[in-house]
Amino acid sequence: MTARDVVLARVRRALRDVPPEETPADVEVVRSGPSTAPLTPGHVELFAERVAQYRARVVRCVPDDLVATLVPLLEDVSTLLVPFDLPRGLRPAGPRHIEDRQLPTGELDAVDGVLTTARLGIVETGTIVLDHGPGQGRRAATLVPDIHVCVLWADQLVAGVPEAIVNLDPTRPHTWISGPSATSDIELERVEGVHGPRTLRVVLVG
Amino acid sequence: MTVGLLPTCLNDALFPEAAKAVVHLLRRLGVVVDVPGRQTCCGQPMINSGYLDEAVPLLRNHLAAVAGYEAIVVPSGSCAGSIRHQHRLVAQRSGDPALVRAVEQAPPVHDLSEFLVDVLDVVDVGAYFPHSVTYHPTCHSLRVLGVGDRPTRLLQAVRGLRWTDLPAAEECCGFGGTFAVKNPDTSIAMGSDKARHVQETGAEVLVAGDSSCLMHIGGLLGRQRAGVRVMHLAEVLASTEGLASTEGRAGPAR
Amino acid sequence: MSATFVGMPTFPVAAGTALADSQLRRNLAHATSTIRTKRAEVVREVDAWEQLRVAGATLKDRTLRHLDVYLEQLETALTAAGATVHWARDADEANRIVVDIARLHGTDEVVKVKSMTTAEIGLNDALEAAGIHAWETDLAELIVQLGDDLPSHILVPAIHRNRAEIREIFLREMERVGRPAPADLTDAPLELAAAARDHLREKFLRARVAVSGANFAVAETGTLAVVESEGNGRMCLTLPEVLISIVGIEKLLPTWADLDVFLQTLPRSSTGERMNPYTSLWSGVTPGDGPQQVHVVLLDNGRTDVLADTVGRQALRCIRCSACLNICPVYERTGGHSYGSVYPGPIGAILNPMMRGVGQDAQLDALPYASSLCGACFDVCPVRIDIPEVLVHLRTKVVDAHRGRRPTPQDLVMRAASWTLASSARTARSTRLAGLAARVLSRRGLRSAPGGRRVLGALPRPAAGWSGARDVPLPPAESFRSWWSRAGRDAR
Repeated sequence: MTARDVVLARVRRALRDVPPEETPADVEVVRSGPSTAPLTPGHVELFAERVAQYRARVVRCVPDDLVATLVPLLEDVSTLLVPFDLPRGLRPAGPRHIEDRQLPTGELDAVDGVLTTARLGIVETGTIVLDHGPGQGRRAATLVPDIHVCVLWADQLVAGVPEAIVNLDPTRPHTWISGPSATSDIELERVEGVHGPRTLRVVLVG
Repeated sequence: MTVGLLPTCLNDALFPEAAKAVVHLLRRLGVVVDVPGRQTCCGQPMINSGYLDEAVPLLRNHLAAVAGYEAIVVPSGSCAGSIRHQHRLVAQRSGDPALVRAVEQAPPVHDLSEFLVDVLDVVDVGAYFPHSVTYHPTCHSLRVLGVGDRPTRLLQAVRGLRWTDLPAAEECCGFGGTFAVKNPDTSIAMGSDKARHVQETGAEVLVAGDSSCLMHIGGLLGRQRAGVRVMHLAEVLASTEGLASTEGRAGPAR
Repeated sequence: MSATFVGMPTFPVAAGTALADSQLRRNLAHATSTIRTKRAEVVREVDAWEQLRVAGATLKDRTLRHLDVYLEQLETALTAAGATVHWARDADEANRIVVDIARLHGTDEVVKVKSMTTAEIGLNDALEAAGIHAWETDLAELIVQLGDDLPSHILVPAIHRNRAEIREIFLREMERVGRPAPADLTDAPLELAAAARDHLREKFLRARVAVSGANFAVAETGTLAVVESEGNGRMCLTLPEVLISIVGIEKLLPTWADLDVFLQTLPRSSTGERMNPYTSLWSGVTPGDGPQQVHVVLLDNGRTDVLADTVGRQALRCIRCSACLNICPVYERTGGHSYGSVYPGPIGAILNPMMRGVGQDAQLDALPYASSLCGACFDVCPVRIDIPEVLVHLRTKVVDAHRGRRPTPQDLVMRAASWTLASSARTARSTRLAGLAARVLSRRGLRSAPGGRRVLGALPRPAAGWSGARDVPLPPAESFRSWWSRAGRDAR
């Protein structure tokens, strides 16, 4: 008997009390599905507020001002990592741009900041979700540099966690980001800044 | 209406004034009170210590005692909770289907505050108690029975009573039945914090709905010479003009 | 070999020592009250909190009642996503799997995401014995590891340490295993966090193998989830070439959509945040992104014994949020080490005896009694584990396991009480005797408690446990029942 056989046999023995005709669907789960109500301007405001409560900086702008808005946000960044597929129109002048084409980790560690887009934003929790698709970089790209500047469009916002989950593709890897890296490990008081980016700046467009 | 009063084994043997107060209070409110002659103990001390076999004879005795009453009143959130939620467990353990049925058919059991507010629909029971009071919501009345703010509303309707909120009121006092003797150090540490909070209120009297918790907190307060008296909810609600300021001082405390 | 829980004294003894540790008491009181307040605030924000609790509980029940189906489904999904799935009956088998994979890749070090499961199986010691260093990268785990200490909390293993102690540990120990702490390190949490960042960064950038646990494993999609704050998790899950995740078989969820319930309840219940800083979700291998060799070890190690207990099964719903620890008045005063396991607090008091069996070990048998049954843990549990119910159930199992052996004093007391209280006549007789004894005693100038009640002071054993700190009320001359028969029945 392999370990697999043994564990599965133990599980089945442990579940002798479950009637053989019972299916998983027979175990009733009462839960509300995702809401389909459209978002309001108030939601956009709330998202900005909640992201800021994690001590991330949030700047709002209209689409035409996006690049101009990014420039001052990158003042302290002299080398900027950009995903190779970051749209051309999203590359502000100022810092030296380094395109990430599978850079070795050590080189990721040498850049000052990274600029990406995101998959969606969750209003209720102030969370940015990356699925590491075009413009979002691979997972290491938004992790190793110390400053992460993320551009999100207002129409990418969803109300809450259930609305986020149904809109995501489970075959992709995901990183959910709520503020800069933080810890509560010292006396359960939250302080920002451990291993991930210690600075998170979010540009909310529209 | 006629109700069966279970004084609880603890009140019977150690705190009869609390059970007497229930009799006086309910009679004042027009309820006919009887005490089931055979009743002794609900069995909770055994059940919560893991002695289910030992609880079976107590359950049989209890069920025989309460049979036929319209309703049962217990001046203890803990005992009421045990009867309501644990007796089925003991009956199942006995393997006797008749005992399981008897548990299902037993009359409804109410903690005193539930009976007053829900069944009699009174909040002002006509009591007079001119003392400063704080109230400890015992864990089993709060979380097992879910009596909510019933005791608070009853107390706040008492004439002359000066109310003070107890800090960290919902935290356990550390009694916990056999916990108090199996883990005495932890129990005393919890109880000391509770006693400290009681003293912080400056209240003269600590009130609760369970004599067991009061025995523990009162025992600590007494040892510390804190000068705070503990009283069962029933005793305060039974107090009336002429009784409260004189007899209340020397009498029904522990 | 690092510090170990093996040979810990029973709870009452260990608690006695912990209760006398003034620094521990202050550290725990401060930390748990901080987190309790935060949790209460963010839970209050969610109108449908109770529905989320019920949804979480029933989703977990659905999974557990059909666990064999979901385990096979998970295995299939993971394999399709490019992961290698291993099964482990117990701790030794899981440890062996990890050691073999590390050796295969010729490495003498692994970086670790905080994982209670790997602490449970003693993975670090097993790796160390094989000549492989295991670097803990979570700040609290780092504090515990550097201090050669034991974890005392599920979420914050170093909760028993305050900032001053942490500073000293960093200054003293960091240089022993890597980059030293800056000499001018203060005890400001921000500086301590920065010291951990600098110390660990070289290890993250260098490591080729990482070990993680998982908060959730989705059977339908093969998705694993790691919920964290610091980014150490992301470092381990992303930078090394090889990732080994050890997943207890109770971590499964049926579908991707089911994640939403737990990603709402877990952060609010654990750190008291609307959302934790980082959540990573991944399924097997993603070409060009992250580890290209992914191993998942599905671990039993006593979980099927819990599953077999129809009352205790609900403990496997646990998502390790630690809300029950933070609310527990016993945990707050005695700390995690008193429980003698990596799973302390109320959930530990039920999980340990079930995973390891009752009736053989006094330390385990004492755990179900390490509770006043106040029920606060059930109220905060995001998956509605009725911990008091399971505690009482396990007390029954402990008592039953000892039936037929030489009776303990407690056995004798309970038997005598059962015999007496089963009959009202016997009860009345013993109450009368107590009243008589009290009358004799009351002649000896006893003290009066406020209200006038006669009380006894400190008594010798066996009454010392009660009377050491509490007055003992003297039984009244007349019991309630005597009063009732004499006057009460007919009085108006």
